[in-house]
Amino acid sequence: MEKTTVIVGLGSCGIAAGANKTYQKIQSLLKSNQLDFELKKTSCIGMCFREPLVEIIDKNGSYIYGNVDENRAIEIIEKHIIKQEPIKEYVVKTDLFDTEDNKFFEAQVRIALRHCGLIDPESIEDYESQLGYAAIRKIATENINYEVVIQSILDSGLRGRGGGGFSTGMKWRFARNNKSDEKYIICNADEGDPGAFMDRSLLEGDPHAVLEGMIIGAYAIGATEGVIYCRAEYPLAIKRLEIAIEQGRTKGYLGKSILGIKGFNFDIHIKEGAGAFVCGEETALIASVEGERGMPRKRPPFPAESGLWRKPTNINNVETYANIPWIIYNGATEYSKYGTEKSKGTKVFALAGKINHSGLVEVPMGITIRDIIFKLGGGIPNGKKFKAVQLGGPSGGCIPEFLADTVVDYDSVNATGAIMGSGGMVVMDEATCMVDIAKFFLNFTQEESCGKCTFCRIGTKRMLEILNRITEGKGKDEDIAKLEELAVQIKDNSLCGLGQTAPNPVLTTLKYFRDEYEAHIFAKKCPAKACKALLTYEIIEDKCTGCTICAIKCPVKAITGERKKVHHIIQENCIKCGDCYSRCKFEAISLT
Amino acid sequence: MRIERLKKDLDFHDNDNIDLSLIDTLIAKYNGKKGNLIPILQGTQQTFGYLPKQAFIKISEETGLKLSEMYGVATFYAQFRLKPVGKHIIKVCHGTACHVQNANAITEAIQESLGILDGETTEDNLFTLESVACLGCCSLAPAMMIGDDTYAKLTGKEAVNIIQNIKSKESN
Repeated sequence: MEKTTVIVGLGSCGIAAGANKTYQKIQSLLKSNQLDFELKKTSCIGMCFREPLVEIIDKNGSYIYGNVDENRAIEIIEKHIIKQEPIKEYVVKTDLFDTEDNKFFEAQVRIALRHCGLIDPESIEDYESQLGYAAIRKIATENINYEVVIQSILDSGLRGRGGGGFSTGMKWRFARNNKSDEKYIICNADEGDPGAFMDRSLLEGDPHAVLEGMIIGAYAIGATEGVIYCRAEYPLAIKRLEIAIEQGRTKGYLGKSILGIKGFNFDIHIKEGAGAFVCGEETALIASVEGERGMPRKRPPFPAESGLWRKPTNINNVETYANIPWIIYNGATEYSKYGTEKSKGTKVFALAGKINHSGLVEVPMGITIRDIIFKLGGGIPNGKKFKAVQLGGPSGGCIPEFLADTVVDYDSVNATGAIMGSGGMVVMDEATCMVDIAKFFLNFTQEESCGKCTFCRIGTKRMLEILNRITEGKGKDEDIAKLEELAVQIKDNSLCGLGQTAPNPVLTTLKYFRDEYEAHIFAKKCPAKACKALLTYEIIEDKCTGCTICAIKCPVKAITGERKKVHHIIQENCIKCGDCYSRCKFEAISLT
Repeated sequence: MRIERLKKDLDFHDNDNIDLSLIDTLIAKYNGKKGNLIPILQGTQQTFGYLPKQAFIKISEETGLKLSEMYGVATFYAQFRLKPVGKHIIKVCHGTACHVQNANAITEAIQESLGILDGETTEDNLFTLESVACLGCCSLAPAMMIGDDTYAKLTGKEAVNIIQNIKSKESN
């Protein structure tokens, strides 16, 4: 019988939830009790809402325990390892019996995330044991021509997972067809969309899959050098990539005549991004790798023709590369079995915001948004009502509840006015103000605009000013019309994706939540009760007992009244901090 | 409402008292390599915590990189700063997920507790407070990062406690 294995999930989110302490506790138990089990590390399996996660694999199978803090770790080791009695109520996922959280995995098809949370990302042997590097080996041993590789990717229907949705196979063919002594392959790991974290999770959980995808891409287009452009905010991802690259070199997956393929010389290095959202755009990213300000360049020429150092360059996103080895090994047909007519395969979504099961899920294209949020995501917390979901980050838009049966594929999502983007799904409930959300994104794009195009640089600023005054109760009658006019101008007159899509969050909220804008502007009210300047706190005379607690605690002394008599709020002094509202035990304060 | 980030400080710090030889190996490593500007600036900032004017001049003289280009790049990217920062940089996440989970309350609580505004440094040079766009911990929002440690599912009170703990460790 094999030894029992205990695996602790040590991704960034697990560590943030305290997984390092859990790991150390189990390690010390292992040493002090002289128990016989193997302790391993893995990365994120996607169940962020149950972190820290600990998996125990014994003779019966696998048990994943959730919310394992140090105390729970002691309990689990004592019962499961020593007494051999699994603690069923702490198990969140297993094939051995039904758990509430098994649903989280039922609708998932894990291709890009196939190894995440299962292997030790710092061990190349672990990756190899799960068919890792089997795809590039297949190419080498079966002597598969680059043209066949490109055709497979074309046939699979894989489209760019970074948001653009352009055919990956086409991109590769363009880069292959441009003759040059030097060509580059770049991995865009500058995941800048606030609300998306699948690339971080993939790099932390399965760095070799990304490397293998790049190696296959390099073989296909004839590249000699690879660059991974990674955000500096992801230190763990960078560390694990560095380890993986070093291991790849030692094992001969990187370097000269890779796996004996004559003339196939290829190596990869990491470039740390310096913090600029616009560098997610291909040509801006190239400028940044070259050491310049990350400003987009005019296309054409496209990078496939003239990219990094003016040489043919292919850029794909992390998730795109992670799919490649699977497609090459299992075949294009196997991949295109999943998905819809024009969007094949699977997509990883990052669920966050007002949702019970926040985390990473990988689902076949064609599933409805409602299924993702309610079946996998477990619905909205605290009995609140689902209002909208934000897809595509600052370039995307808000899809309202009544469109929740929209299926996820590139074209259906585009039809709503949002975009698929990199797959960030931020769920909003009735307490989220849609004008505030639009303002939030505009503030972001306005700060991140590189300044090259006038309409993006100044237009977003003017739009933000309008949104600011609307949420402050100073909105003017003509503001909605002005926003719409500016939005069209910015979209039409910007060079790159950032400017062309920056107005989307405003346009989609105007389309679906126009009444909220109107309430802010004309009635000076925020229906979601989120915009502070538009709130009024008042004391309900019938309910006030004169306990004085609100008056004592009010930070600006805006509440007057004597003991056992009805109190009053002096509106002009009130700073709308809400302290009285949350403190009153008699529900005697109204919020409108 | 999102807290406005302070405008980036475009002036150099004066009264620098630094050992410029600390970046000799860095310059030697990247000198003459194409695309070296950003890695050199990143290395310099890692050494000094910010980008001192004298370092700019030294790098320019030894590598031939133009001062104007260096300044252009340094002021373009969010990562670079021209003024010293506190020993610990508190990065409060204001990504979408953190925003809808009320990240503003975290920033406000820290501001009140440390008596500084966003982008400022405490008088004892222990802490600098920054708002950042997204730390990628969206499922554990609201989050903040101090050094390489990420703290998740915070309340304003918890955030202040974490900072107080660091403070008391520092004074021991």
